[in-house]
Order: sequence, then C-alpha cells, then structure tokens
Amino acid sequence: MVWLNVLVQGVLIGGFYALFACGLSLMFGVLKVINLAHGDMAVVAGYVAVFLTPHLGLPEVWSFLIVVPIFTLAGYVLQRTLIQKSIDRDPFTTLLVTFGLSVVIENLLLEIYSANGQTVNIGDLIAKSWHPASIIYVSYVSLGVLGVAVLVLFLLQLFLSKTGTGRLIRAVADDREAAQLSGANYRHIFGVAASLAFATVALAGIAYGMMTQFAPTSGGVNLLFAFEAVVIGGIGSLWGTLVGGIALGIAQQFGAHINVQYQVLAGNVLFLAVLAIRPQGLFGRKTALA
Amino acid sequence: MSESLLNPSASGSTISVRRSTHSPLITLVGASVVVVVLTIAPWIFPAQFASTLMNFFILVIMATMWNLLAGYAGMVSIGQQAFVGLGAYATLYFALKGMNPFLTIPFAALVCAVLAVPVTYLLFRLRGGYFAIATWVVADTVMLIIGTIAFLGGGTGRLMPGLQSLTPAQTAHYSYLATWIVAFIVVVGTYLLLRSRVGLVLASIRDDEVAARSAGAHVRSARRLVFVIAAAGCGAAGAVLAISQPFVQPTSVFSLQWAAEMLFVSMIGGLGTIEGPIVGSIIFFALQQTLQQQGAWYLIIFGTVAVLVALWQPRGIWGAIRDRFHTELLPVGHWVSEGPAKE
Repeated sequence: MVWLNVLVQGVLIGGFYALFACGLSLMFGVLKVINLAHGDMAVVAGYVAVFLTPHLGLPEVWSFLIVVPIFTLAGYVLQRTLIQKSIDRDPFTTLLVTFGLSVVIENLLLEIYSANGQTVNIGDLIAKSWHPASIIYVSYVSLGVLGVAVLVLFLLQLFLSKTGTGRLIRAVADDREAAQLSGANYRHIFGVAASLAFATVALAGIAYGMMTQFAPTSGGVNLLFAFEAVVIGGIGSLWGTLVGGIALGIAQQFGAHINVQYQVLAGNVLFLAVLAIRPQGLFGRKTALA
Repeated sequence: MSESLLNPSASGSTISVRRSTHSPLITLVGASVVVVVLTIAPWIFPAQFASTLMNFFILVIMATMWNLLAGYAGMVSIGQQAFVGLGAYATLYFALKGMNPFLTIPFAALVCAVLAVPVTYLLFRLRGGYFAIATWVVADTVMLIIGTIAFLGGGTGRLMPGLQSLTPAQTAHYSYLATWIVAFIVVVGTYLLLRSRVGLVLASIRDDEVAARSAGAHVRSARRLVFVIAAAGCGAAGAVLAISQPFVQPTSVFSLQWAAEMLFVSMIGGLGTIEGPIVGSIIFFALQQTLQQQGAWYLIIFGTVAVLVALWQPRGIWGAIRDRFHTELLPVGHWVSEGPAKE
C-alpha cells in the first residue's frame, strides 16, 4: 500500500512535468530551438500571476485568464524579434541567447522580488484531498494539474492534426524549405508555434505556484525536469512527453521514499540510463541524436 | 616563416601565407614582461589586488576551457561546473588523506580527465541544445552524489585541511602562485594545442563538419580529446578555487554561475580566439568591481551585453579588433595575402 501511494504521487507530479515539458518539446519540434530560458519564463508567469492579478480584482485562482493571453502574445513577439534573429544566425546562437536570457531573467527577478518564496494563493483548495484508501492521498490541486496536462496535450495534438494552421506547423517542422516553396510564411508559423509554447509555459508556471513555493531560481531545476521528461519519453512525441513525465515522477518518488536525498538523483539516474540504453527515448524518433 | 603556394601566371602575383601579423619577437618580449610582472604581483601589489587577480585567473582558466569547447569544437556545455566541483572535491579528498593541498592540483585535474572519458560516451549521443542541457544534468547528478558522501562533508561542505599551518600571508602568496601557474599552463597549453594537428582538425570541423569528416578527419575523437582537456582544465580551476576559499561546499563549487560566467566572458571577449576569454575576463572583473555594491546587477548587465554580442557581433570584442586592425597576439591560424612575403 505504501508503494502504491508512491506510485500515485509519482503519476500526479509526472502530469505537472509533462505540462512543463510540452512547450519545450513544441519549440524544439517546430523551431529546432532549445529554449534554455523555458523554466525562467514559467517562473515569470508565476510572478505575474501573484503580483499583477490582485491589482485587477481577480482571485489568483483565475490568474491564468490574464497570464495565458499575455504570454501567448509575448511568445509571438519574442519569436519574431529576438529568437528569429538568433535562428537566422545559427543553432549555436540560439543556445547562447536563450541561456543569456535565462541568467538575466533570474537575476532580475532576484533584484526586484528578492529570493523569498511565493505561492499562487488558491485558498482552502491547497489542503483538500481525496483519499480513496487509508494512506493514499490525492491532492485536488495535483489531480487538477494532471487533468490540465492531459487536456493541453490532447488539444495540442488535435490542433496540429485537424486545423489548417496545425498542418502548416507540421509541414514547417518536417521540411521548412519545402513548406516555404509551397507558400508558407515560416516566420509567422514559427511565431504561432512559439505563442502556443508560451501559453503552455504560462499554465505550467501558474500550476507550479499553486502546487508549491517558487523563487527566482526555480526555473533552472524545472527546466532540467522538463528536459528529462522530453528525452525519456522520446524527442518529438507529445504523448511520449506525458509518459516521460510520469516515468520521471515515479522514479523521483521512489527515490524520495528510500531517502529524501535521492529524489532528484533517482530521476537523473533514470534519465542517464535511458540515454545509455535507448537514446531515442521510449516513443522517439532519432532526430536529436548525433 | 613564409612559403609561396602558387604563382598564377595571369596576374603575376604570388600568394604568401604567414602565421604572425608582426614579428614574433615582439610577442615574445611582451609576453615575458607580463609573465614576470604577474609572477611577482603579490609582492609588489596590495593584497586586495592580488586576491582579485587570483579570481581573475580562475575565470580565465574556465573561460579558456569553455572557449576551446564551444569556440573551437562547437560544443555548448552549460555543465562545466561538474568538473569545477569535482576538481575542488578531489583536492579536498586528497588533502583530507594527508596530502599537501598545493600538490593535489595536478591529481585533481587528472581525476577530472579520467572521469570525463565515460561521460563523453553518454553525452555524445546528443547534439546541440540537448547536449547542452544533458551536461547540466550530469553536473546536477555529480553534485547530488557528492552531497551524500559524509566524509566530504555532505551537503554542508568541509574546510580544506593542510593550510592552517601556514601564515595568512604565506597562504595568500602560495595560492596566488598556484593559480597563476595553472592559468599560464592552461593558456599556453591551449595555444600549443590549437597550433598542433588537433587544432587543424578542429578548425576544419568548425568550418565544415561534413567536409572534414569526408576528408578523413577523426571528428569524434578530436571532440572527445577537447572535452577531456576542458574537464581537466576546469578541474584544476576547481582545485585552486577550493584552496583559495578554503571552505568547500557543493552548492558553491557546483554553481551554475560558473557556467554562466565562462559563457558570457568567452562570448563578449570573442569566441574562437585565444585572446577573447582573457579580454572578456578583464571586462567582467572591471564591471564586477565597479558594481560590487549593487548585488546581481553586474550579472544582469553582463548577460544582456552577451546576448547583444551574440546577435550583432558574434566574433566578440577581440574578433572585431582583429578584423579591423589585422592583428593577433597569439596567432593559431594563418594569414593569406597577395604579394611577395614580407619576412
């Protein structure tokens, strides 16, 4: 029963990792850009939720109604300016630029809001949970986040396969030059993909703030988890990211159950083992491999 | 120093190939003066300045190694702090076993080099950004493992033994000299490496990897060698860092800040040049000393400048100077010019 609870907690946290990771996966899949500032942008979403929404007379639970549109727009603008500029140089530059952004964002947040932890206030909901058996606790927040993750992945998949814009995104992702020859404006398509990715980043950042405390430095460690989820699940597969996130969550919870010190370590070991044994991941294609 | 490659009869001009843009004698004399001044620095400058100079050397070592990885071998690593930390802890371990901390430095570098070899077999399966984040995962993993070892102080860290018998002035002088010697070896070693056959392979990879491969260059082994050398260099930097601190703590020696600093310094100074990381380090320290009362602002400004440089001046400050004045202090490539050789 103890182990069953560990498993349940792993699946729950895995849902969050998948939500965090799908933007990373989308940005790489379409733009071939690894956004090293991905985690920090989620943290920014958390700060916007905490410090902006109360001014608008909105409860923080509903902050996503404001933050997600802001990030969708910001994603498009950032893509069409800074990120496109670095893509035009070479992939190497995108890494340097996004890493630079990451460090700048983190230290700016530190200077403005100090290193104190913040949470997105959701009232009583934080403490409520469902327990179907004596020692199994399913927190409503975590369950909600898992639900949102599955919903977001489902909608993304639906969007990419059923709509015209979605088909254009896939066409540009598969072969940019061929899509361009067929008349696709790839810069605009890149912008659309980036705004989708940023919308999920905003959701992930708010979800994180509801689940636990965050600080300016929370971005880095979450980027690592998201990245591990993507690689474990398989680069380029959205549902693979969900499986990868859950596998990572379970590994971490099992590690933590043995010794709290082993929580993150167990996830890293799973990641390195997948890299050694099945580098394309569980559901992946071999696109990112050397 | 020069050779005529071909003599096109149509124009009647010759093409000459030279290494130096000026007489190597000037470089040699200039370098000798700098070396002498830096060697006696702790005796002629105030202690505070010598201590800043020591931190400057540590950054020069790291940035030179990062530049070798990224600027010459095309590998963006944001996990070099793995080897900085490992070097620091290797020194701590040997010192706890009774060795003189200063004598452990080469062994710390060796430990890092040996450990880097299996790491390359894992990491070289990924490329580009995935390689970059995976290096960070490795650094995080190493930090977490070190944090579980009680003998090394676990998560809280441990004081470096073997320095307490020295007077503070002696400690300062010896650590300064150790850091300076390591920095000297790293910069000169990198210079010689890049002028060697390996340097030629690296230049060919940088220019066109596919062409280099098809011409028979051992791309992967050249990259592996560079990764191992960079690990050793960062390990040595970690070792001198541990001695200068001298309290060794996982979160500080494995800090991502090292990766950020080496990246920014190399980029601003100029990737793919020997002088770039040194120029970048000078600017970094000037900025840090000026803004040291303002918290993290020096990092914010420096990061912003690095992003702008990457977008609009990717060859960095030294690259711009070189392109404008056609001058190099430590040439590793060749200059091709029309007309008869001048030397």
